[in-house]
Amino acid sequence: MTIRHPEIECMPRKELTRLQDERLIAQVKRMYERVPCFRARMDEKGLKPEDVHGVGDLKKLPFSYKSDLRDWYPYGLFAEPMENVVRVHASSGTTGKRIVVGYTANDLDMWADCVARMLTGIGVTSQDFVQISFGYGLFTGGFGVHAGAEKIGATVIPMSSGNTALQIQTMIDFGATVLCCTPSYAMYLAEEVARLGVKDKLHLRIGVFGAEPWSEDMRRCIEAGLGIRAYDIYGLSEVLGPGVAVECAAQSGMHIHEDNFIPEIIDPETEEVLPLGAVGELVFTSLTKEAFPIIRYRTRDICSLIAEPCSCGRTHLRMRKPSGRSDDMMIIRGVNVFPSQIEEVLLKIKDGAITPNYQIVLDRVNHTDTFDINVEMSEDFFTDDVRSIEKMERRIVEALRETLGIGAKVHLVNPKSIIRSEGKAKRVIDNRAGKM
Amino acid sequence: MLVKQLSVFLENKPGRLLAAIDKLAESGIDISALSLADTAEFGILRLIVDDPEKAKLVLAESGVVSRISDVIAVAMADTPGGAGAILKILSENGFNIEYMYACVGKVSGKALSLLRVERPADADELLRGKGFAKVNPAEIYRI
Repeated sequence: MTIRHPEIECMPRKELTRLQDERLIAQVKRMYERVPCFRARMDEKGLKPEDVHGVGDLKKLPFSYKSDLRDWYPYGLFAEPMENVVRVHASSGTTGKRIVVGYTANDLDMWADCVARMLTGIGVTSQDFVQISFGYGLFTGGFGVHAGAEKIGATVIPMSSGNTALQIQTMIDFGATVLCCTPSYAMYLAEEVARLGVKDKLHLRIGVFGAEPWSEDMRRCIEAGLGIRAYDIYGLSEVLGPGVAVECAAQSGMHIHEDNFIPEIIDPETEEVLPLGAVGELVFTSLTKEAFPIIRYRTRDICSLIAEPCSCGRTHLRMRKPSGRSDDMMIIRGVNVFPSQIEEVLLKIKDGAITPNYQIVLDRVNHTDTFDINVEMSEDFFTDDVRSIEKMERRIVEALRETLGIGAKVHLVNPKSIIRSEGKAKRVIDNRAGKM
Repeated sequence: MLVKQLSVFLENKPGRLLAAIDKLAESGIDISALSLADTAEFGILRLIVDDPEKAKLVLAESGVVSRISDVIAVAMADTPGGAGAILKILSENGFNIEYMYACVGKVSGKALSLLRVERPADADELLRGKGFAKVNPAEIYRI
């Protein structure tokens, strides 16, 4: 398979470290001058930009957190004046407030290049037709992959998400050879393709899937169902969007673009940096981002880095699929959801009809996440009236959709019926493990 | 005649109806009339029982919420058109019937119906004015 920038992607480790040293020093200096939140944290630790001489000093630097994006909402963490920011994206925060990230023209170019490296590495060329079924909009998925596919000269089919029948018809009519979407949606598409008996009308050969956890079993299933090779792409808007780490043709871990991002694995409790290969929380520092750079950003994703060199010849470290979270974030149909967001919605319904006692039940049916929320009604709310209960359920569903952007099924349940252990209710029951 | 009805909230899980009925039986509560309203998400079990306050307490102890409210009990001729006669009067006088169900037994040879309307006391007075006999609640609870 081709390597887009061998001089960067296969750079000897020593040289790569030197490049990282240079870039880190410059980034820290720049952020210290321009980002008050970062400067305050450095000052707290008694650190000056001059104390940073390279990657070896990274562990001295302060961490940054998702809550920073909320505290400095919307643009307070940007290191460029808004006139240089050409795009913003947003995703869900831990509470009702969204988080906003920004990009300069250079940032967008770097992002596109990260995706382009992946596409090139897995054999996508200008001959290909890339159907992008990630959502377009404030979510980074659609636009992120889109720019990378354009960069390598492929023909982009910007489908966005939804409308499965039309997705399949488009794949057939437009001759899509590459499909990009969430893995669970790919599973669903594979099943629909089988049901319609149109597999032999497809031209697909490669799939790029990400934005939610998926297993090796799922990969085999998608590959067989759609007749493709399926590849994993990792990213988060706070760091970049899809393309922070990408699989190569070897399908064994995702290469992190280390010329742009430095990964660390830490113990989420003690915040100690763990040795290469250990399992812990993934932390990123962005070296080249201009509009919204981050130093030691706590992703809350639990995974490990792979020390061994890859058979593809790239020298950039690989990360394994994240195996979980160090916080309570759930990924439901590709959307990040925090229990605190649900609590906030329930607390806003202040007419005494319900209590903020709830339980989330996640499951997977037909490769799609089901999202049910049981909410305790108050003693006085129950009357003999069917309609008032249905009305309340609908009201909660609407309020949740406004905050989360996805639909949930809400069930009012008896007062005090949600089981509490040691006084604390178990908020999330996730039955999805092992189900495709 | 106004009688006390007990409405019981049933979550949409298997065995909920049975559990509620069992609980009442264990406590010696006697059921004279019963109806089940059911939606995709939940059900409401409506009961006429001999001791609604006790029944409410028993259910609350097992974590089931219920509510006592008034419904009208009407004794009607157990012949074709018996129910129609009552419905006609209510409808002509602007009473909207939310729901209606029947008793499991008869009182004084007549069929008993339970009706839920918006202003139960007014509707009850209307019906009695039209010559529908007063039903003794004690008789209903004994069924």
